[in-house]
Amino acid sequence: MAEEVKLMKGNEAIAHAAIRYGVDGYFGYPITPQSEVLETFMAEKPWETTGMVVLQAESEVAAINMIYGGAGTGKRVMTSSSSPGVSLMQEGISYMAGAELPCLVVNVMRGGPGLGTIQPSQADYFQTVKGGGHGDYRLITLAPASVQEMADFVGLGFELAFKYRNPAVILADGIIGQMMEKVVLPPFHPRRTDAEVDAECPWAARGKKAGRKRNVITSLELDPAAMEVNNNRFQDKYKDIEVHEVRYEEYHCEDAEYMLVAFGSSARICQKVVEIARAEGIMLGLLRPITLWPFPSEILSQYAYQVKGMLVVELNAGQMIEDVQLAVEGRVPVKHFGRLGGIVFTPDEVLDALKRLIINPTK
Amino acid sequence: MKHEIIIAGFGGQGVLSMGKILAYSGLMEGKEVTWMPSYGPEQRGGTANVTVILSDDPISSPILNEYDIAVILNQPSLDKFESKVKPGGILIYDGYGIHSEIKRKDIQVYRVDAMDAAAEMQNAKAFNMLILGGLLKVAPMVKMENVLLGLKKSLPARHHNLIPMNEAAIQKGMEIIQKV
Repeated sequence: MAEEVKLMKGNEAIAHAAIRYGVDGYFGYPITPQSEVLETFMAEKPWETTGMVVLQAESEVAAINMIYGGAGTGKRVMTSSSSPGVSLMQEGISYMAGAELPCLVVNVMRGGPGLGTIQPSQADYFQTVKGGGHGDYRLITLAPASVQEMADFVGLGFELAFKYRNPAVILADGIIGQMMEKVVLPPFHPRRTDAEVDAECPWAARGKKAGRKRNVITSLELDPAAMEVNNNRFQDKYKDIEVHEVRYEEYHCEDAEYMLVAFGSSARICQKVVEIARAEGIMLGLLRPITLWPFPSEILSQYAYQVKGMLVVELNAGQMIEDVQLAVEGRVPVKHFGRLGGIVFTPDEVLDALKRLIINPTK
Repeated sequence: MKHEIIIAGFGGQGVLSMGKILAYSGLMEGKEVTWMPSYGPEQRGGTANVTVILSDDPISSPILNEYDIAVILNQPSLDKFESKVKPGGILIYDGYGIHSEIKRKDIQVYRVDAMDAAAEMQNAKAFNMLILGGLLKVAPMVKMENVLLGLKKSLPARHHNLIPMNEAAIQKGMEIIQKV
């Protein structure tokens, strides 16, 4: 039987998908533009059906540390917030990366810095992929461009987080969170049994069994030699992720003379730019990174031999452009177009920028 | 076939819920649907708008340059969106909310006196369904049976007793819309 097609907001899809995926716990604190995540959990009452814990913490700092505790026992736990709230979580996220704890953090970005605005933004790219907390760590970062991907990336995020024992992030924004689209939710999956968690997470702190050493969940290691060993293990893991987990989408790239590079809601707007440009006879393509880390550097590097120029289109002052520039190593001109502070560009503005900055650049 | 629609007015006029009912109707019709609200510190009396796109093909951008149809329920929305209707497109307005003349000559302009009709029906809440009726009359993008299914889907079960009233308001809106 075909799955029922529903119409819902991206934020609602996150909560529904989490319940269906068999998530054990959600801990969060309300903030616009993602409050519907917690609201949907409260309306659905999953504690009555799957036994999932849903808790409104006293702050984002509390929420991320509840996640630390839950993840330390091998449970599938998650939180969601928006930019200022995610800033508060950075210490906990760094600790989880250091303790190699799997979890899912959803950031529905709004304009900053500071309390900023509640309107959409993509200005937390640096914070997410370059490490908002301290230390040499990486976060597996998924950038959904539709309500369907909001639902799909909950399961994908947890799979990757547990596969690599590393926090995963869904980096969305106010547009994807607030808009309603058709979505097919994932099938129901029961929460993992204790036996399944034991088998999957032999590292978890779940009560010491006879015949094995105790499991310790910590990021602390005062012996620098041992701490370097830990760091080398992390770096090996990150290299492994960079080799195996890059995801991207190509849109009219095969014959493109010019290329837009955009993620999330910006990529949706850029799809329309490609349609308009092609109708005008401009051979334009769009490359959409789905994983922001690991970044699709390889494919961009290849396109640098094909296209005459790339425009990186982001709702920020120029963040992902640095990774694009690193990928193409100066072989083609790479320019940035963005709007700031919660203002969203229209397709026409992007097309004008492409013509001005890439196709007919004035010296 | 694709319809790119902006519905704009005051908060409290039912702008977002009208868009939601239209979106659900499109869903019932088997179309691709996007509903993108303006969100913010909005409140009764502030401005609110929603972009609704119904399409037979996958929808790209939820943010648009211009619209096939603009449904305008107050003066600030007219000032903002009149210039954003595609040439040959449709502008529908409520006579009560608009004080200035529509300047565009290259679009089809329709007027629905929904505020007056709602007062006649002694039901202020019928306002947005009167407007929706007018919209569906001049741009019949979804079948009435699917609009009723859409109403059912978008209203919580405890309000399903209001569906006949809403249907009557939609029919009334279809009758009273007039070309300007």
